[in-house]
Amino acid sequence: MKPPAFEYAAPTSVAEAVALLDERGFDAKVLAGGQSLMALLNMRLARPELLVDIARVPGLDSIEISDGCLVVGAMVRQRSLEFFPGLADSHPLLLAGLRHVAHPQNRNQGTVCGSLAHADPAAELPALAVAAGAEFVIEGPDGKRSESAEDFFITYLTTTLEPAELLVEARFPLLREGSGWSVQEVTRRHGDFALAGAVVTMRIADARVADPRVVAFGVGAVPLRCTAAEQALAGAEPGPAAWKEAGALVAEAVEDPLDDVHASAAQRRSVAGVMASRAMEEAAARA
Amino acid sequence: MDEDKPARVAVTVTVNGRRLSAELEPRTTLADFLRVDLGLTGTHLGCEHGVCGACTVLLDGRAVRSCIMLAVQAAGHEVTTIEALANEGELHPLQQAFVDKHGLQCGFCTPGFIMAAAELLERDPDPTEQALLETLGGQVCRCTGYEAIIESVRDAAEKLRQQGVGPLELLAAALEKNAAPGGGE
Repeated sequence: MKPPAFEYAAPTSVAEAVALLDERGFDAKVLAGGQSLMALLNMRLARPELLVDIARVPGLDSIEISDGCLVVGAMVRQRSLEFFPGLADSHPLLLAGLRHVAHPQNRNQGTVCGSLAHADPAAELPALAVAAGAEFVIEGPDGKRSESAEDFFITYLTTTLEPAELLVEARFPLLREGSGWSVQEVTRRHGDFALAGAVVTMRIADARVADPRVVAFGVGAVPLRCTAAEQALAGAEPGPAAWKEAGALVAEAVEDPLDDVHASAAQRRSVAGVMASRAMEEAAARA
Repeated sequence: MDEDKPARVAVTVTVNGRRLSAELEPRTTLADFLRVDLGLTGTHLGCEHGVCGACTVLLDGRAVRSCIMLAVQAAGHEVTTIEALANEGELHPLQQAFVDKHGLQCGFCTPGFIMAAAELLERDPDPTEQALLETLGGQVCRCTGYEAIIESVRDAAEKLRQQGVGPLELLAAALEKNAAPGGGE
């Protein structure tokens, strides 16, 4: 349970970090907060030759609100975002979601972008990013590119990030005025990875559901945006009947959930549907 | 001599008020640095993958898992371990509360619980039930069933409130002593 030997580099600019990653390719790994990577190293499930620690790059720890987005830099600790002044007003969905991310003792060290780049399908942040319509700014040897959260996640622990690319910031659009939101999940204990969960946002306009967004997590290889449920909700009369119907569509949309000692596939599918229904009810109440 | 061995890295870090420099293999975890290099074995290692919390220490006042953190990541920061709590043989209120309220049996998890509780109470002297459970929920104890631990932290919180100090504030004086000439490097 000790990490294998590796070289260590602490670049002081993004360009320098990218150059190191470019030079070493798949043999290099980015270290941010290390809350996922270090566990993998200790268990020797990962054996990089070089760790590129980006904590010494100035400026990556900034959080700001600009152009209608909450902009979170690559080294922003989950706990720093949680305590960002005014987050309860500026992005209550993210605040609620962050409180489900591991334990405070992990959030103190773990970064928002690190969790996104790690792409664990049971993690909350990737689902929050998809639900919020986040955009990621990625820097590589050929410069910067931008990608939507929805396109970013490919499968378990796999994103579109190339070995020489660095996720430099995540941009979370602020919720529209009057939006309701909810994060629901089932875990063995608070802070553990979710067996299954759901994130929902919506507005209520003229007593009807408007702009619904429904994302399930912990039930597949990537956060699952449930368009069938969203279509059923759009224009529906808010109420238990609508939540039940759309929740059932979420369960139906779950294709091949994990089946392990913690929960069977059938249980995860069922829980995802129930969590989605509850999230819809709570989001509507807040809208 | 192993020529494949990666270069050692220089690390300067403040531990319990004392500024230290060391040359380490990059893969040295903060926990191993504290325990093996510094002999501070109060920080315990349980799961070694960030789940059990036995290795919890404070980094700039924030509770972190020292088993899933490299010593080199702590360079330039301040680390506080359980050894900093007692002042010349007098237990810190958090430690005393664990004794008074039977917050431990085997004691393996205790340093982690106390360091996690120290951050919480420094941040919030009168935490809600939910905040208390969320913080302590990040630590694993296999003996007590947690009730006595929760009771201990509540007791310490009350005593600290009566004294009008935070748990870390209380350490500052002792740590300064450590940092004084003769105590350093």
